[in-house]
Amino acid sequence: MKKTQFSEWGISSPRYWGLLAFLAAVAGVGGLAALYMEHNGHWLTGMTNQVVWGTPHVFAVFLIVAASGALNVASIGSVFGKKIYKPLAPLSGLLAVTLLIGGLMVLVLDLGRPDRLIVAMTYYNFKSIFAWNIILYTGFMAIVLVYLFTMMERKMNAYAKAVGTFAFVWRLVLTTGTGSIFGFLVAREAYNSALLAPMFIVMSFAFGTAIYILVLMYAFRADNRSLGDIVLFRLKNLLGVFIAGMWYFTLVYHLTNLYITENHDFVAFVLRDGGIYTAAFWLGHIIVGVVIPLGIIYHPVLGQSRRWIAGACAAVILGGLANMYLIIIGGQAFPMTLFPGKTIIESGFYDGVNGLPAAYSPSIPEFLLGLGGVAVALLLTTVGIRMLRFLPASLADEVADPHGGKTAAAH
Amino acid sequence: MNAEPTDAGRRDFLGKAAIVGATVVAPGIVLHAVAEAAPRSEAVSSKVRWGMLIDTTKCADGCRACVDACDQENGLNLQTRPEGEDAKKWDEQRAVWIRKVKVRDNLTGRVTGLPVMCQHCEHPPCVDVCPTGASFRRADGIVMVDRHICIGCRYCMMACPYKARSFIHEAVEDKLTLAPRGKGCVESCTLCVHRLDNGRTTTACQDACTKDGHAAIVFGDLKDPNSPVSKALAQVQSNQIRPELKLDTGVRYHGL
Repeated sequence: MKKTQFSEWGISSPRYWGLLAFLAAVAGVGGLAALYMEHNGHWLTGMTNQVVWGTPHVFAVFLIVAASGALNVASIGSVFGKKIYKPLAPLSGLLAVTLLIGGLMVLVLDLGRPDRLIVAMTYYNFKSIFAWNIILYTGFMAIVLVYLFTMMERKMNAYAKAVGTFAFVWRLVLTTGTGSIFGFLVAREAYNSALLAPMFIVMSFAFGTAIYILVLMYAFRADNRSLGDIVLFRLKNLLGVFIAGMWYFTLVYHLTNLYITENHDFVAFVLRDGGIYTAAFWLGHIIVGVVIPLGIIYHPVLGQSRRWIAGACAAVILGGLANMYLIIIGGQAFPMTLFPGKTIIESGFYDGVNGLPAAYSPSIPEFLLGLGGVAVALLLTTVGIRMLRFLPASLADEVADPHGGKTAAAH
Repeated sequence: MNAEPTDAGRRDFLGKAAIVGATVVAPGIVLHAVAEAAPRSEAVSSKVRWGMLIDTTKCADGCRACVDACDQENGLNLQTRPEGEDAKKWDEQRAVWIRKVKVRDNLTGRVTGLPVMCQHCEHPPCVDVCPTGASFRRADGIVMVDRHICIGCRYCMMACPYKARSFIHEAVEDKLTLAPRGKGCVESCTLCVHRLDNGRTTTACQDACTKDGHAAIVFGDLKDPNSPVSKALAQVQSNQIRPELKLDTGVRYHGL
């Protein structure tokens, strides 16, 4: 197989700077929103003592989960030896780092005391999965940077597989950790399930791959590089499998809860009675996030169209955000059972009087902060591919070896 | 020798420096000694476990003496709605350490009223999840937040099975020295730790309830068989809220 040529993103200067300026503006607005909320306090947000994590967490957790998933493409190349994925690996590593930075930024800026970040770095309670995640996230960034170095520096290529394998294992642990932030909350019906950890892993596969495909398509199109059907359709089919996997975990999660009598109210809340949260489930997660993209990907005609494939990826992202909204905010809005067998009829602190869910309406600054995180991730990616050789010069069918796997096996 | 004048100067300087130094340091030493003299110089011990029994049969409908007393004691009554804040949303955002709850049994229809606050668990989930260790349990059973290292992540609020904690959503203008509070941190009932550490043995909610003639709250050392709370617990049936979680709460209820 020919050595893959990589080159910097070569779009025209005005277009590049224009894109940077736009992303910087969105990131800047997000920064101002954070400053505004921090200066005045969280009373400006829709968050309350009943719904303590709001829209910023939806974006932050989505980005963090997607970050670990974005590394898949590289893992398939390095760890599982699929040669066709190898030219795709550097961008995969870059996205993993930038999405993580964007997500963590949102998470940190939504703290009550972001000025105490140093405290979070120096005081550790090792029983806390949150504390573990701080180490997992920073470690992930460091490992992926080393991984990128082994891939991009020819002298270090020999180590790429070993480091890539380590990064792959680390990312599985990382997403297990992110899922466990919720899974370990024994008190709340929506969480309290070991299933959340593998469910988050499959979600990360889907979100990360969808973002990867979109960024790859845009970067190649803008720079007039050729992206052949072989690579694109492989990625697309991979996404299809991940979406189906995500749907499977959702199914098992709700079937389990349907079997557990004490969780019936919660299932009814998600599937039938939850208003906006029921809509987030059916319209967002199931229709937009699963049915539409699967329908496109496996459709004989639509599945061959680049526009439709891009649409499927966008649908996965939107459906994923809706699902995160349901998991994070719906999970808190659902009234926690304080007194089994009894109904709370009055309370000085809400407590789901007569089964009423807690109210939450997202505020604009929260939303802007979340968007700012997305912009930061894309901004860093843009600068990355412009400055360094992350993108293969061509992924045309004749360049991308269709029999990569077989060739590798023959060696 | 020409070194002598220099020595004299140095001696003079050292003398003055000593006087100045003593003047600066002495009050600190004196104050330090005063602080040391207080009973709280002794470390908190696990020989004591503070807790309470709440007799729901004595808890009067419509009475909120305990809630008002707590607000007064800990300066929560000084909370002011930020300018421009919607009244309903502010009500969902203001800090509440203790609240009255009324529940109806789904089968029998029996109605019970009770105050709910931090249950001061032996195995508190809020302490387990706190990334920095700001949420902690003292040796004497009081679960608190170290406001110096709380980063305001609110994970403890997600983990608490009793929704006992509040996040400070707004800038705090007025607060009491004994219960310092600030924007961006989490807080909850401290069992009036400032009282206990200064040798007192009752909480504000308990005093208010007794003063109003209900005496529904009995507080004391759960490890001392002769304490009022231990004696009361030995006599009446009592429950924990959500006992299935096996958190071994320090707050118990009768008639729930």
